[in-house]
Amino acid sequence: MAGTLLEVDGLTKRFGGFTALHRVSLSVRAGERFGLIGPNGSGKTTLINCVSGALAADGGRILFEGRDITTLAAHRRTRLGIVRSFQIPKPFTSMTVRENLGIPLEYAAHARSQAGDADAEAAEILRTIGLEAKAHLRPAELTQIEMRKLELARAMAARPTLLISDEAMAGLSSVEVDDILALLFRLNEQGITIVMIEHIMRAVMRFSERVVVLDAGERIAEGTPAEIVRNPAVEKAYLGE
Amino acid sequence: MMARPARALLVGLAVVGAGIVVAALRVNQYVYFAGYVVLQYVVIATAWNILGGYAGYVNFGTPAFFALGAYTAVFLIQSTRAPLPVLILAGGLVSALLGLGIGYLTLRLRGVFFSIATLALSIVLQTMIINWEYVGGSRGLSVIRPSGPPFGSYVTFLFTVMVLLSVVAVTVARFIERSWIGRGLAALRDNEEAAECMGVPTLRLKLFATTVSGFLLGVAGAPFPYYVTFVEPNSAFNLDYAVNALAMPMIGGTTSWVGPVIGAVLLGTAQQLATVTISSEMNLFIVGVVLVAFVVLAPEGILGLVRRLRGR
Repeated sequence: MAGTLLEVDGLTKRFGGFTALHRVSLSVRAGERFGLIGPNGSGKTTLINCVSGALAADGGRILFEGRDITTLAAHRRTRLGIVRSFQIPKPFTSMTVRENLGIPLEYAAHARSQAGDADAEAAEILRTIGLEAKAHLRPAELTQIEMRKLELARAMAARPTLLISDEAMAGLSSVEVDDILALLFRLNEQGITIVMIEHIMRAVMRFSERVVVLDAGERIAEGTPAEIVRNPAVEKAYLGE
Repeated sequence: MMARPARALLVGLAVVGAGIVVAALRVNQYVYFAGYVVLQYVVIATAWNILGGYAGYVNFGTPAFFALGAYTAVFLIQSTRAPLPVLILAGGLVSALLGLGIGYLTLRLRGVFFSIATLALSIVLQTMIINWEYVGGSRGLSVIRPSGPPFGSYVTFLFTVMVLLSVVAVTVARFIERSWIGRGLAALRDNEEAAECMGVPTLRLKLFATTVSGFLLGVAGAPFPYYVTFVEPNSAFNLDYAVNALAMPMIGGTTSWVGPVIGAVLLGTAQQLATVTISSEMNLFIVGVVLVAFVVLAPEGILGLVRRLRGR
């Protein structure tokens, strides 16, 4: 299919006897803002772990830019351009904010293209994200929202084609949510495809062009945000009968 | 202004030169005898720190790597009477292989479980050596030193060899620390999952760290048979090595190559002094007290302490 960036085809993942994902298929188009929602335990994060390479799938295929990446190591996927942020920020605690960005710049971005000026690139990313004043602080000295921003800044430093944002806004105030949303919109305008996993419906419905809903490891709906809110199956999954 | 690598090389050569000068002075033999042990600990602590400090994988199996280097040397002395440089290289390579094996353990074992596995490894290896008669078994084996050392006595000669090995070990550690490898190791030490997701090939870097660390530990052990002239499992697999290898970098500071050197020189010297002045049993007692004090009062070692004082 032309314009497809990421294709997940019949993905299955089991943990012992528990099937976390059952033949889930979805495709994300290049440049798209894609929302992935579902109740707690529906398999969203498992799906992301399979796509980013943290978990090995038990069945099905994952294609990125037409290439089968199902068995590729996670760091190789990052170098191809699939970059994720973590639900709970996982900064490199012994490094400054600036040094945190240095790792993906060196290992992902510059591993792909020829080396650039890491200092200038890091400074530019920090400016975009509004952390330039904190460049020399350690993560422990940051506030909750700054930590989320660092998580996003570090993901940006890997120069993603596809950015997977795993609950980047959980626990933030509504002003802060708007702040992060604006940032993600801006990244999307720069041509980065974004998959957003989010519990805050207001945010994900405003942001996404297309939404896929997971429930108990299966895909139950797909459509525009307007279609999703009217979908009876989605309502049932969230609220019960 | 000289280029940095050139300056580092010059400093290294100067240290080796100073070592030769000290050897040529022919002071009291005990100085070389004790100095050898301190320098041996510089190599051990530095090697340990490449895995334990840079990558954050705490290895309790130092005796296994050290003794493997020593027993590789014993085997080669017994079978071919190979010259010392060959013993050192072979000891390093065999221990490097063990390190590579340990590296694959990190796929499944992290944190304290990795440490326990390395401790077990040491015990398993010791049992194997005890049952191998060719290298002395449990009774041990006398080793005859080659005749005609370049510097008067053989101990003096071994002392200068250890000066050289220390410089090599520290240079390797410093290079790793300041290269992309060191930055990648620091990232995986902080958070392995995040490092992998940021493009760091964590497995490959861990295998590199365990192999290099193993190599240098084996190198430290290879001259041991000629130093003690009587090798038996209890001395080669001594728990002291495990404790000191961990304590010295912790006391000096694990994030920089200087830390293990400071820790090894301070603690190693203190132990040697205590052995002569008080009793040989005081060794581990000193380590214990100092380590507890540092873990409580200065968890980032002397380097961290200096940094904190400067910061104020």
